[in-house]
Formats: sequence, C-alpha cells, structure tokens
Amino acid sequence: MHMIESGNVAAATGVKLARAGVIAAYPITPQTPLTEKLSEFVASGQMEAEYIPVESEHSAMAVCIAASSAGARAFTATSANGLLYMNEQLHWAAGARLPIVMCVANRGIGAPWTVWNDQQDSMSQRDGGWIQLYANDHQQIIDSVIKAFYLAEFVSIPVMVCYDGYLLSHTYMPFEQPDQTLVDGFLPDFKPKNALDPENPSNFNTVTLPDVRPDIHGNIAPGYMEIRHCLHQDMRKAMMVLEEIDMKFQETFGRGGHPFVEPYLCDDADHVVVSVGSLSYHFRDVIDLLRKEGVKVGVMGIQLYRPFPDKAIVDALQGKSSVFVFEKALSYGNQGPLYADIKAALYPCDNKPAMHNYILGLGGREIKTAQLLETVRTACSKPKWLGDTPIWLGLKCQE
Amino acid sequence: MKQDDFSTLISRSDPGPGDGGRTGSWRVLRPVIDLGACIPSKTNKRACFNCWFYCPDGVVSKTIPPVIDYEYCKGCGICAEECPAGAISMIEEAHFMEEKNDECI
Amino acid sequence: MENKTSILNLTEDEFVHPGNRACAGCGLGIVYRTALKALGKNTILVVPPSCLTVLQGLYPIAAAKLPCLNVTFASTGAAATGVRAAMRSLKKNDVNVVAFAGDGGTGDIGIQALSGACERGDDILYICYDNEAYMNTGVQRSGTTPQGVVTTTTPITGKLQSKKDVPSIVAAHKIPYLATASAAYPLDLYDKVKKAASIKGPRYIHVHTPCPPGWGFEPRYTIKVGKLAVETGLFALYEMENSQLRLTGPSKKMLGKPRLPVTDYFKSQHRFYSLGNDLINDLQAQVDHAWDAYVIHQ
Repeated sequence: MHMIESGNVAAATGVKLARAGVIAAYPITPQTPLTEKLSEFVASGQMEAEYIPVESEHSAMAVCIAASSAGARAFTATSANGLLYMNEQLHWAAGARLPIVMCVANRGIGAPWTVWNDQQDSMSQRDGGWIQLYANDHQQIIDSVIKAFYLAEFVSIPVMVCYDGYLLSHTYMPFEQPDQTLVDGFLPDFKPKNALDPENPSNFNTVTLPDVRPDIHGNIAPGYMEIRHCLHQDMRKAMMVLEEIDMKFQETFGRGGHPFVEPYLCDDADHVVVSVGSLSYHFRDVIDLLRKEGVKVGVMGIQLYRPFPDKAIVDALQGKSSVFVFEKALSYGNQGPLYADIKAALYPCDNKPAMHNYILGLGGREIKTAQLLETVRTACSKPKWLGDTPIWLGLKCQE
Repeated sequence: MKQDDFSTLISRSDPGPGDGGRTGSWRVLRPVIDLGACIPSKTNKRACFNCWFYCPDGVVSKTIPPVIDYEYCKGCGICAEECPAGAISMIEEAHFMEEKNDECI
Repeated sequence: MENKTSILNLTEDEFVHPGNRACAGCGLGIVYRTALKALGKNTILVVPPSCLTVLQGLYPIAAAKLPCLNVTFASTGAAATGVRAAMRSLKKNDVNVVAFAGDGGTGDIGIQALSGACERGDDILYICYDNEAYMNTGVQRSGTTPQGVVTTTTPITGKLQSKKDVPSIVAAHKIPYLATASAAYPLDLYDKVKKAASIKGPRYIHVHTPCPPGWGFEPRYTIKVGKLAVETGLFALYEMENSQLRLTGPSKKMLGKPRLPVTDYFKSQHRFYSLGNDLINDLQAQVDHAWDAYVIHQ
C-alpha cells in the first residue's frame, strides 16, 4: 500500500507490522510523533501490544530489557538527551544479549539545548554493543525497522534504527507500506534461548568474577571476558546475517540490495563523498550538478555503522583519488568518528585516497546545496591531504 | 548463516548450594543443641522450631530433633538467642578442633 | 490482619540455598527466605545492585531457586513493569512479578522508577528491605538512614537529617496494598507477602532489616534488635488498604500501652554512639507524637 506520511509514522508502522509485544514510550522531540502513533495503534486495536508510558528514558530501556529478558519482542524510541539518559541501560542490553529494537530520531545534544538535527547522539553510542542502522529516507525507515527485528533476534544483539530528526522524522514522503501477511512470512517468531521462566529458574546478569569459575556441576563456565568476546565476535558475524536478511527482504518486497553502504555514481568516480543519513541523499543533487560540470565524483551513504562494514568501505574507496567525509558529529578534540573509522579501515591499503573531514549541520544549522556544491567542487580540484583537523562548514560570526 | 552460529552466552547462573563455599568455615562459635532441653526433642512433639524458623541461612531442619547443617552454618548464634528453652549453646570451634586433634594423636 | 500462619504450619519448602554469601546473622537472609516461601515457585524476581546481589550468588551459581533478573540500580520498578508486560504479552498472567531492592535502591536512586510504576498502576509487588544505609558498599548514609546514625559518610556527628519516610511517599500514590514489616517478625512478613501476592496492581512492602556489621551489634541479636525497633515504637508495623492505615501484629498490641524508651534501641547498636541527650529527647518526642496519631486513627 502506498502512503504519504512522516518518517516517524513510517517507523511506527514498521513496529506495528513487526508485531512488537511490548512498547515503552517516553516523549522527546523529534521522536515523539512515533510514540504517539504507536499509542493510537494500540488504543484503537490496530495493534496488540503492551504500551507502557514510562516516566523516563532510563525506565523505557528498563522495560525493554526486562520484557526482552522475559521473552517478549520489545521496542522503544528516543532522541538526543533521552538516548544519553539511557546510556548504562544500552550497555546493559547489549551485554545481556537482548534483541531490543530502538528508533533514534537523531538530534543534537545539550548544552546548549537544541531540538534540531545532528547525529551526535547515536554516534556517541557507537561503542556500546548495539548494531546501528541509518536510514536515508522514509522507505528505508520502515524497511529497516522490520529488518532490525529479524537481525536483532537472529544474532541476539540490540539494534538501533537511526534517522535524521525533522529532516526525516517530520517531513512527509511517499513510501510503500509492506503487506502484513508478507511481513508475517518474512519475520520469524521470537524464540529466545534465554528467557526468565519459573519452570526453568536461573539468575540472569549475575555478578561475575575476574576469572572463570566452575558451575554447580563442576564444569568451568566462561566469565566476563568470554561473554564480551562472544558479543564482539557475533557483532562482526552479524554483517553476514544482515546481508542475508537484506537479500531475503529483496526477494519478498523487491527493495534493498545495499545493506552496508549505498553508493551513488561511485564506480567510475575519482572522488567520493561519504556521509550518513539523509545528507547522503542531499548530496546526490550536488553530485548530479558536478557530473554535469565533468567532475568525476560520487557519494556513498553509510547504512550500517556498527558493526563497522570496513570491507565494503575499503572495496568502495581504495584506489580513489580522494574521499571527503561529511559528518554531523564530532569526537571533540579529535575528528569526526566516521572519518577516523574510514581512515583506520584504509590504513592497510597501498593505494590510499587523500581524505578530508568536514563537520557541518550541528544543532540543525542549515546545510545548503550551494554550500555543498562549492565545498566539493573546491575539494575535487585540490584532492590532497589537508591534515586531520576537521573543517567546519557553515560557521558564522566566528570569534 | 544459522542462528546456532551465534552465541547466546550471558551471565546466567543455575541454582545450587555453596556459592560462597562451605560457609561453615566462617564459624567461630558452633551452636550445639542440648536435646534434653530442646522442646521438640524432649517432648517428642512437633513444637517450637524457633531455631529452624529464625535461621537466616535455612541450615536447621524442622525435625525431631532439629539438626544443624554444620557444613553451611555460619555460626551467627540467632538460634541460640531465640531458643525459648535456652537449649542451644555457642561453643568455640577451637574446642572441636582440639577434640579432632586429640583423636588424631 | 489475622495471622493465619504459625511456625508449625509454615512451609518447609526452601527457595534459598545455604552457603550463600550473606554475612552471618544477616537480617536480609531471614527476610528473603521468608518472603520467597510466601511467594512460591511461580515467581520472577527483579533485583538491583544491593546486598541481595551478593547473597544471590556469583556467576555461574545462584543461591535462589527462582528465576531472577538483575537490573541496573535506578531501574527496578520499571524493570518489574517490563517483566509483567512481557508476561501479559505472552499470556502468562499467573506469575508473581516481584521486585526486591534495598533502601537506597528504593528510596534514593530507584524512587523515580518505583513512583512511575505505582502511578501507572502496574501489577507488581515491590519489597524494599530497609537496612538503613548503603551496606553493600560498606555502610554509607542513605535517605533512609535515621537521624544521628554514624556511617562511613556521616562520621563523628552522625547523620544530621531525619529518616526519609519512603512508605508514606509510596502511600501517596494510593496503591491498593502497602505494608511495613520487620525481619524480626517473619510470620507477620510472611502473611503480608502472601496477602500482597493475592492482590492486583502495585503493592509495596517495606521491611525493616537489621544488619549486624552495618549497625554494630553481635550477629546473634538480629531478632532482638529488630524487635526493639518495634517495641520502642520507632518502627511501626502496619498495613494500608484504600489509604486506611491499620497497625498489625505486635504494633497493634502496643496501642494504648507504655512503650519501651527509644534509648533501649539506641543502646543496642554501636551506630548510635554519638547521639546526644537533646537529639534522643527529640526522637522520643517524635515517636510519642506519631503514636498519639496512631491512637486517634485506629
């Protein structure tokens, strides 16, 4: 069915189609309309789920952690400071291997307060053990949510589906709503191996000692290091599963094909722009204009940020003359996180491209096509290393 | 890939005794029941059982006579304190070690 | 409440294994053992960091024979809600969902999640064992530490502020069942847990729980010290249903009768050593005032 709706409603519709059993909801701009839509789905009987209007994001993730531990398909959504308020819970969910799915409508972090879009919130959670998917448009939001449940439950790792606040969360775009029966056929039931059960009592997330220790049968049980090692190994292997899920999704729904990175006019390009989220689609206009000028440039959007798809990125970027990484996030005192990751991935290559790092759009600062056009045009004409200090675009009234 | 290729290893613990080891070794004083004074033992009736009831570790049996599991009894002395007949004495473990040593000789 | 259970008919089923890591004479040991007997097998526990985390065992061995979810410190109430939501979603409605937290985990860091669950009317039983300080980290003051108590973060003078009245805060949510209990009166606790388990909606039991090393008394006196708190009137045992407070058990029997002076309780523990006469008189006056109110309301 064709719909014209907001990105938040696309996300909510994906959650309904995936038949989440427990939803924890706490309002925060710009995610709030997603939460409101889910409450409407549940109250009107369009969706059978336990809707818990919690008193904080910390509790939202607590509800998801507990519900998932007890064997229910759990969902929540948040933005910005809400995501940061969950911080310890995010690490907890990953360490407990709980396949929670959460939407993050990306927003800048205070102080100072901003309700507008950048990606500092989810980028700053990249080390917590969550899989991070980024959607570039409304179709990708709804599709990613459905795929996220599949992926999370297959690999027992929580998944964040991130999309730009306002730019995607509040804008209206046409998209295809997948058919419920097809989704039911696509997405397997959630059957966790670890679930709280009075018939089979055990204690979850028990305190661990630094070393391994025998269990009640005298067998040595793995310890904290082993549990965390498995998480890392499985996170890496999850990329193969995402690829398979994406193929299956394509067979069922006719969409997909770029689970890791989404290149646009990159094959013959000398220069490649890399960015995350809606900005990568914004750049397509810029690329089209530059192509008309004869500049051989393409753009690549990052669809999966954790686990980091280093192989796909290296395959796409090695041998290029230059790579320009545009980011709406920064590791303060260093570089953009994506820039640092791509640079590290390219380190072993012989034919490394020159790289530039641009920081832009923080706190919703407007990004204009003309500005991007001028920046990329100039960059392509001087494709040399500029050093690792990021270049800030769009600064005004500079001290 | 198969789902079984993925670990579900978490800190999941199965119930069992002695997580803290043989906690009887914590004991400095050992509760010893004088069966001549102990109410259920003396009367051969199911009665009292305060020692079973108040024990924080559940190491006293609700039987005639009550039996203390010295492997796990931490020697807190609550049973002795709460015994209405004053039938439980707290005796220094050293005393029993001497006994054992004597046996060895 | 009629005490139906006696020591003789109290179940011999044990849900806590011996050889756990609780200190000798631990009041929580009695509370946990007794409460789990009342709850029975069909129960899921939710536990934040506390002495109970240690009592319950270190991976891969668990002391309790019931399924238990360890959660982060501030999240207990919400996590219990999450377990209940999952049970409803999975159509397993007959399971007891029980949060078991310390006083810091309940009245300080956990109060927001607890308040949220109570306000929403979530179907959970929340048991707070109040040992009146952060005992698991080595006796630091909490909101529920009584005035005058010396802890490692209230040295020399003792705590300057009054004990936070957490049951009254919870009662303000007008939940269907609320009770106080004491480790020193396990049968009273047992019956209250049993009753709470039969009621739907948010239920709260606040259990006064003596701690030998934290309070400074010999482990053998756990019951005696707990009883003194009740007999001096410092800790009253009551139930609240429909916002009506009703003294129970030993506290009910004390109505209209002379109480032991509060000094009897203070002298039983080292933690009160710095109490001066003025504060003692003040605390005695507070207890007398509270009991005057109980007499009027009963």
